[in-house]
Amino acid sequence: MGLRGVIVLVGLMGTTWSFNATTIRPEAVSTDTFARPETTEETTEQKGAVAEEEAVEDVMATGELNPSHYPAQRAAKVVQHYLNTRYGSPYKLFGLKQVQSGNAEDVADSGRKYQLDISVHEIISDTKENCSAEVFFPRGVKQLSPQVQVSSCEELLKIDANSEEEALYQQYKTNKTLRTEKRLPDSYGHIDPEMTPFWHLGIVASSFIMLNESTENTLYNVAQVANITQLTTENDQLKFDCHVLLHDMVSQEIPQWKMLFTWSPAGGVKVLHTEQLPHVHDCEKHPKTN
Amino acid sequence: MPHTLNSPDKMKGLWFLLALVAVAKAEKSFTGDQVVRVDVQSEEQLKLLQVLESEEKWNLDFWLHPVSTELPVDVLVPHTHLAAVKEYLQAHNIPFTVMIDNLQELLDQEKAEMKENHLREHSTRSFNFGAYHRLETIYSWMDTFVAQHSNLVTKLDIGRSYENRPMYVLKFSTGGTKRPAIWIDLGIHSREWVSQATGVWTANKIATDYGTDASLTSLLNTMDIYMLIVANPDGYVVTHTNNRMWRKTRSKNSGYACLGVDPNRNWNAGFGGPGASSYPCSESYHGPSAHSEIEVKNMVNLIQSHGNFKSFISVHSYSQLLMYPYGYTCRGAPHQAELDSVAKAAVQKLSSLYGTSYKVGSICNIIYQASGGSIDWSYDAGIKYSFAFELRDTGRYGFILPADQIIPTASETWLALKHIMEYVRDHPY
Repeated sequence: MGLRGVIVLVGLMGTTWSFNATTIRPEAVSTDTFARPETTEETTEQKGAVAEEEAVEDVMATGELNPSHYPAQRAAKVVQHYLNTRYGSPYKLFGLKQVQSGNAEDVADSGRKYQLDISVHEIISDTKENCSAEVFFPRGVKQLSPQVQVSSCEELLKIDANSEEEALYQQYKTNKTLRTEKRLPDSYGHIDPEMTPFWHLGIVASSFIMLNESTENTLYNVAQVANITQLTTENDQLKFDCHVLLHDMVSQEIPQWKMLFTWSPAGGVKVLHTEQLPHVHDCEKHPKTN
Repeated sequence: MPHTLNSPDKMKGLWFLLALVAVAKAEKSFTGDQVVRVDVQSEEQLKLLQVLESEEKWNLDFWLHPVSTELPVDVLVPHTHLAAVKEYLQAHNIPFTVMIDNLQELLDQEKAEMKENHLREHSTRSFNFGAYHRLETIYSWMDTFVAQHSNLVTKLDIGRSYENRPMYVLKFSTGGTKRPAIWIDLGIHSREWVSQATGVWTANKIATDYGTDASLTSLLNTMDIYMLIVANPDGYVVTHTNNRMWRKTRSKNSGYACLGVDPNRNWNAGFGGPGASSYPCSESYHGPSAHSEIEVKNMVNLIQSHGNFKSFISVHSYSQLLMYPYGYTCRGAPHQAELDSVAKAAVQKLSSLYGTSYKVGSICNIIYQASGGSIDWSYDAGIKYSFAFELRDTGRYGFILPADQIIPTASETWLALKHIMEYVRDHPY
C-alpha cells in the first residue's frame, strides 16, 4: 500500500494531517480502504417502471435536529406542500424560508413525528412569518401520506388576495378562454404575465400530489407545468386539466402527473383526479434491423 | 445508412432553413407539433408513407419526402394528428423517432436567437451574459473570448464526449509551468442551466478584473485557474433540442433502451455505494464502472496528469448550498472544521450582495448520501479544498431559473468563489 496509503488510513481515523504531496498518484485513489470495490455490471432483476434507489436508510436522527441537515429540511418541505393545499391560490403561494429548529421522535411502531419551527414565505405578497408545525410520517406496509398540523401561522394565512382572485374567477368563469400548450415556465424560465396565475394554480394543485407522495426520503418541487387546459365550469368552479413535471431532489427523478382539479375563490383548489404517467425513458435510436 | 440525429451542424442548418420557411408561412402556431423521423425499412413501407403523404386530411408536412428506403423521411405532424399517425406507424412496424418534440418552442427560441445575433457585434462586450445560450454559441464565444484575452486565457481540448463533441477547458494563467491550480467545473448535470451560464459570466469576470482587482491579480500571478464550462456537452444539447430535464450523459447502456449515466455518481469515490442506482434507467445510475463515462475520464486524466491542483470546485443547481466532502459517507472528512469555516465565510460574502441565503455542510448531511461524486474523488486524491455549489433557487423555478437571474446569481457566487480562491492562495500546501 505504501506511505500514501498509510497517510490515508491515518486521515480516516480523524487525526489532522498535512498533505505534502506535489503529485497525485492514481494509487492513492484506488487503494482507499473505504472505497467500495468496482461493481461488475449487474444483471438486474429490476421490475417496475421506476427504479428503486439503493438508498441506505441510515438510522434517522432522533431528538434535536440540525436545522440545516436534510431530515428537518425534508419534513419542513412537507409543511410547505400542506400550506399550499389548504391556502394556496392563483395569487397565494407558500415557500419554505428557513428551518429554525426541529425535533424528531419515533412513535411506537407506527411512524415518526417531527416538530418544527420554521419561517414561511408567502411569495406573491412577499410576507414572512414564523410557524410551528408537526409532521407525522406513518410507517407501514402500505405507503400512507404524512399528516401535518400547523400552528401560530395565522397572520400569513390571513393575507388578502380576494380582489385579484375574484377578478380572475369572473374573467374565466363564463368565457372559457384559457387554453395553453405552452410550458410554464418555458425552458428559459419565462412566463407570460397573464399565465402566471395559472402557473401558480398548477403548483397548488401539484402540492396535493407532493404532499401525498412525500416521505422522509423525498424532497419534492414542481419542475414545470407542462400543460394546463381549462374545461367547462362546473358547479361555479373553474375546472382544469393539468400535466405537471415534479422533481424529487433525493432520487433526482422527474415524475409526471396528470390532474383534474377545480378552483374558485371561495372553494379553493380541489383535486378530482390524479394519475401518474409512466416513466418516459429517452430511448436509444431504434435498433437497426440489419 | 440513415442520418443520425447527431450530425449536428449540417442537419441543424437544414432545419434552421426549414424553420425559417415555416415561420414565413404566416403566423401559424406549431405548438405541440412534432417532427418525426421515419426509418423506412422496405419498399412496402415506403409506399405506405407515400400514401400517407397524399392523404390531405392528415395535414402532414414532409420535410424529407419518402423517395427511397436508403434515406430518412422527416414529417412535421400537427399535434392533433400525432396519436393517430404514431399508431399508424406502429401498426405497420415502421420505426420512427421524435426529432423535435415541440416545433413552436424551437421556433420561438431560434427567432429570439436570430434577433440576438443580428444585434451582436463580433465582440464579447455585446455577448449577452444574461441569457441562456446553445452549445455552439458558447463554443464560438469561447474563441472570441480567448482571442480578446490571449495574454491570460488559452483553450484546452481535454477530449471528446460520448457523442464526439469537444470538451474545452479555459485556462487562466500568467505563466510558469504547472503552477498550483484551481479547478472549476460547471454543467456536469446538463439541466442545471444557471451553472453553465454562471461559468461564462465568471470566465469573463476573471479576464476583465485581472489587472484591476488587486487580489485577483495577485492570485493569478502565482496560481492558475482551469474552468470547464460545459462538462456534459451531449446532455446540454439534449436540453435544448429534446428534453429540458435531461441530466445524465448520453452513453448507451447495454441491454437497456435507456441512455446515460449520472456523471456525478461515476467517480471513483465509494463507487457503487449508497445514493447511486445500479439501474440504467435511473437518473442517478452510477454506470457500469468508475470513470466509465468518457466525460469523467477526460477530467480525471487532466487532473491526474497535471498533478498540482490545490482546489476542486463543482458547480450545480439548484438548492443554494455550499458543500464539502463527503457524500459517500456521513463520516466527517479529516479537514471538516477548516472546510466548514471557509465555506461559511464564503457564503457570508455571497449573501452580502442580494441577501441570498445558502446553507453549508457536508454533502451527506445537507442533501443526501451519494456515492461516486466528483469532490469526494478530488478530496481523496489529495485536493484538500474541494467544494460543491448548488446555485439558485430553492425550488420555485428550480432548474428553469429565469434568465434575468443569471447575472445576479453569477455575481453573488463570484464573491464566494473569490473567497475560496484567495483562501487557497493564502494557505499553500
